[in-house]
Amino acid sequence: MNTDTQTDRTPIVSVRDLRVTFTGGKKPVKAVNGVDLSVARGETVALIGESGSGKSVTLRSLLRLHPARRTRIEGRIDVAGVDVLAMNNRTLADYRGRIASMIFQEPLLALDPVYTVGAQIVESIRRHERISPADARKRALELFERVRIPSPERRLDAYPHEMSGGMRQRAMIALALACRPQVLLADEPTTALDATVQIQILLLLRELQRELGLGIIFVTHDMGAAVEVADRFAVMYAGRIVEEGPTREVIRNPRHPYTLALMQARADGAMEKGARLASIPGAPPDLANLPAGCAFAERCTFVQPACLQTQPDAVELGGSHRARCLRTDATAHVMTRAATHAPRPLTETA
Amino acid sequence: MNMTSTVAGIAPVPAAAEPVERSPGFWSGVVRKLMRDPVALGAGAVLLTLILMAIFAHQLVPSDPYATSMLKRLKPIGFEGFPLGSDELGRDMLSRLMLGTRLSLFMGITPVLIAFVIGSGVGILPGYAGGLVNTLIMRTIDILYAFPSVLLAIALSGALGAGIGNALLSLTIVFIPQIARVAESVTTQVRGRDYVEAARASGASPFTIVRVHVLGNVLGPIFVFATSLIAVSMILASGLSFLGLGVRPPEPEWGLMLNTLRTAIYTQPWVAALPGVMIFITSISFNLLSDSLRSAMDVKS
Repeated sequence: MNTDTQTDRTPIVSVRDLRVTFTGGKKPVKAVNGVDLSVARGETVALIGESGSGKSVTLRSLLRLHPARRTRIEGRIDVAGVDVLAMNNRTLADYRGRIASMIFQEPLLALDPVYTVGAQIVESIRRHERISPADARKRALELFERVRIPSPERRLDAYPHEMSGGMRQRAMIALALACRPQVLLADEPTTALDATVQIQILLLLRELQRELGLGIIFVTHDMGAAVEVADRFAVMYAGRIVEEGPTREVIRNPRHPYTLALMQARADGAMEKGARLASIPGAPPDLANLPAGCAFAERCTFVQPACLQTQPDAVELGGSHRARCLRTDATAHVMTRAATHAPRPLTETA
Repeated sequence: MNMTSTVAGIAPVPAAAEPVERSPGFWSGVVRKLMRDPVALGAGAVLLTLILMAIFAHQLVPSDPYATSMLKRLKPIGFEGFPLGSDELGRDMLSRLMLGTRLSLFMGITPVLIAFVIGSGVGILPGYAGGLVNTLIMRTIDILYAFPSVLLAIALSGALGAGIGNALLSLTIVFIPQIARVAESVTTQVRGRDYVEAARASGASPFTIVRVHVLGNVLGPIFVFATSLIAVSMILASGLSFLGLGVRPPEPEWGLMLNTLRTAIYTQPWVAALPGVMIFITSISFNLLSDSLRSAMDVKS
């Protein structure tokens, strides 16, 4: 769907073999186990997965937000050509917000309740640039207009609790864009919003991405939301990206059994009355005690003895679509008959 | 789709030529809310009267609060020349109560104010730092906190010797751990909030986070707690004076007056109760005001 947008193919974000281990508890928890991900300028990648799949951990690693004492990060993260893991405190503070910035799931919690949103944006701008408060405020006003907040002048002086949910998320986006970052990391930005507002925020994100040439990593567990904005899908399970490819390709023809199961477990589409909602049996593996083979094997309907032996490598399926599965031959064309129910961007029909 | 029309329906607003004036800040909002609260207004009016009385005591007193009269001892309320009676040395109760406001308010507010400044710092540091720093500082504070405050105040005053300065010092030491504990727990809560992480994600240094986000969110609750301690401080200070550890005669102070008049409780019970009534009115006003302040500072209401 977004193939028409001219995206510059040099990656702005490049993650190579990222491994994140939390060492705070009794046993080290391997939250991320070798993630490779690259995002081009002007491209949106959706990181999809259930709770505990490592999607948010991956996102936070990009800003190194995890407590340094209790986290071990291995691998390599380059953002805008700079090695993030090699940064010292000073360069890290300059990088955060300026090159890559983040929007959070619940804007009411992510905005400081005792300051007006305008004051928070001004503060954020002045943290990175030598600029007068009046000029910073002018910039904040422009940002509010850009994210389409009605009567922006007045809204700048509002406290977070005085705004509606959608308005707050717009303000949060304005705050994230305050220092003109090149990469926007969105951690479930629409989960806390109601359905109509979700669409507006998604449209806004896509529009901003096109206008500003942002690279966006969009973390979500909502396939419908991801389809709206993403050029590419990356599905995570137990700290690994199990399937990756262009949005349309992954949606129409998912090849990893986990993606397939996720697609079948969606509630929307033509569900017959009284029909049971498909679910994935079992529970995700314990991240402190990962199996030797494929982490999804014990819940997989396509499982074979070989799956329990080794970690499957990524299988190239053509058109930059790949899946880490030994049974990609068996999963081909499973979805074709259900393809009519595949989530379709609302905007396509508009 | 209808949402496209709503999006398009919002007309682009022309950029303002000049910056608009700053919005009313957080504190002016709190003041506005307090002005609409009858309890806060009442308590505030009482306290304002007491403060004015303390400042202008010497101009306002009807007669000399130090002048004794052996003939007119322990006269009842309404006795000629003594609107609120006279004490055991024949001094005018009204004048002494008015002048007593000075020392009593001073002894109530000063230790809390000093403890607020020190205790906030002592509490915010371990609250934000966490880990070993937290354990070390907070366990030390717990040791002080383990003593009942009255006992600690008396012990410290007794050890330091009688006098206003030592009484203030011991009261301050009593309040620091209490305020520090509240400061630590509020800071620990704030540290885990999303907006602190959001600030880190936008490049704020730990110093900026503490200065802007932690202080902004933490000082309010600590301040509310501190105002509720003013009443306690007044009562403790009165207690110290009562025991002869605080203010010394012939200076009028409510606690001390209560002490010297206690022998007259059977002859002139109403007169003997007057200093206690003043302590009660003042401390309840502080308590009510601090309650109103708490609700006024809750931004979400």
